[in-house]
Amino acid sequence: MSKVLMKGNEAIGEAAIKAGCRYFFGYPITPQSELPEYLSRRLPQVGGVYLQAESEVAAINMVYGAASTGARVMTSSSSPGISLKQEGISYLAGSELPCVIVNIMRGGPGLGGIQPSQSDYFQATKGGGHGDYRLLVLAPASVQEIVDLVKEGFDLAEKYRIPVMILGDGILGQMMEPVDLGSETTLEAGEKPWAVTGKMGRTKNIINSLYLDPEKLEKHNRHLEKKYLEIKAKETRSELYQTSDAEIVVAAYGMIARVAKAAVDMAREEGIRAGVFRPITLWPYPEKELNQAAAQAKAVLTVEMSLGQMVEDVRLSLNGRLPVEFYGRVGGMVPTARAVYEEIKRLAKTYGEVK
Amino acid sequence: MLKQMILAGFGGQGVMSMGQLLAYGGMLEGKEVAWIPSYGPEMRGGTANCSVTISTAPISSPLVTEPDIVVAMNRPSLDKFEPMLKPGGILFINSSLIDRPARRTDITVYYVPVNEKAGILGESRVANMVMLGALLQAEPVIKPLSVMESLKKVLPENKHHLLPLNAQALAMGAEVVKEKSNKKTVCNVG
Repeated sequence: MSKVLMKGNEAIGEAAIKAGCRYFFGYPITPQSELPEYLSRRLPQVGGVYLQAESEVAAINMVYGAASTGARVMTSSSSPGISLKQEGISYLAGSELPCVIVNIMRGGPGLGGIQPSQSDYFQATKGGGHGDYRLLVLAPASVQEIVDLVKEGFDLAEKYRIPVMILGDGILGQMMEPVDLGSETTLEAGEKPWAVTGKMGRTKNIINSLYLDPEKLEKHNRHLEKKYLEIKAKETRSELYQTSDAEIVVAAYGMIARVAKAAVDMAREEGIRAGVFRPITLWPYPEKELNQAAAQAKAVLTVEMSLGQMVEDVRLSLNGRLPVEFYGRVGGMVPTARAVYEEIKRLAKTYGEVK
Repeated sequence: MLKQMILAGFGGQGVMSMGQLLAYGGMLEGKEVAWIPSYGPEMRGGTANCSVTISTAPISSPLVTEPDIVVAMNRPSLDKFEPMLKPGGILFINSSLIDRPARRTDITVYYVPVNEKAGILGESRVANMVMLGALLQAEPVIKPLSVMESLKKVLPENKHHLLPLNAQALAMGAEVVKEKSNKKTVCNVG
């Protein structure tokens, strides 16, 4: 199929439709409003439901309802709106309901600003809501990867009965790039025996996250744990760029990994052996892949649009084996390739063999 | 080939569409492209800009902080983006609205009176196409024909009668660049 030029936000919408999603509940907020706008036009064309809820809290609970029936359903927002959805997300995780939640991050805390940020990493990967739960968190770095990961996200959500979060930033949402939308997902009927679809001829299904008996809740928590361990073992994704001989490895995700690549290209021109480790799944974090990427490394530089959040997972993964330094810009400011290159140069001087 | 540019002006001058046509045309030519808009709380009359990257190889970072080309459609855009140009880069100044010359001495500058030229065509709204014609004459990142192909695709059928006018505007911009007096190469770099 030929390529089309699309905004990241619109590509999320079209990819969801290709993946068989026919229900969207949301509430507008910059910088992701093109996504609900796009779906408000497209979903009715394919017999789907687009509903602008009265609030983010209402929207996430509508997602709970639609997901309970086994429907493919999505919601989207940006940072402050995602905070409002946290209670519902915890309930979705507890009730093991598949869905896709999109967060196109902007600066915070509070209302913050509307420019791009990566400051919701903790919230996405460590559980913004209450209780022992995890989301499967996917971080695309291009409009094409948005399409691929939204489609895969719906499949993973159903495979593991887990809410999946697509974590992007304002630039990714606003940017236009050529994209191949690919084929439609073929959904098989009757593959969700747990869904509440009318009891006719089968035993009763109950969607619930309340377990008043502690023994039963512990059993449920253990069941979730088993599922999370399986996802950790099977579903990590990452991209390595020039890491095989890299002395300095830059760890970055999403758009910032692309800035890091440009910085690494500049460093390579100066004879500094640098590379990029880009986690695509932020949870589960690709620990093994990072250690492989940093096999020849003398130090790791983490770059984020935050005060330093993913850097904690980088340190945990490397477990003290290597020095880990951090460079970040915040508040909607974006690290430049030159600034990252200067950091790489500094690390190469401090830790590298080639001086 | 990797070219990065910033196109800037006030809202309503068509800088966003200029960038989109470049990206769309590049895509039609099989090149790698990216388009990023500024998205502040902007409105008609406020400032607007977009970044465009066109490349024959995969684009690592589509964020433009050291552009090869800057288009300034109004004075605030010139003040903001002239200092960011790479040494040896190309600056296009809308001399219809901007009352000062370029300050940099290590770049090539073209002065293009786009509003006057568009006025000759009797349609002020094609001023951006005049500038695009100038840009593509000075730095052929894509073929002008690809811009026309893109226009055919993005304009609805009932606007296709405007295609010849847009082609004329592109040609008019190219003529301005061909005329040597509008070009100031202040110094030879690279």
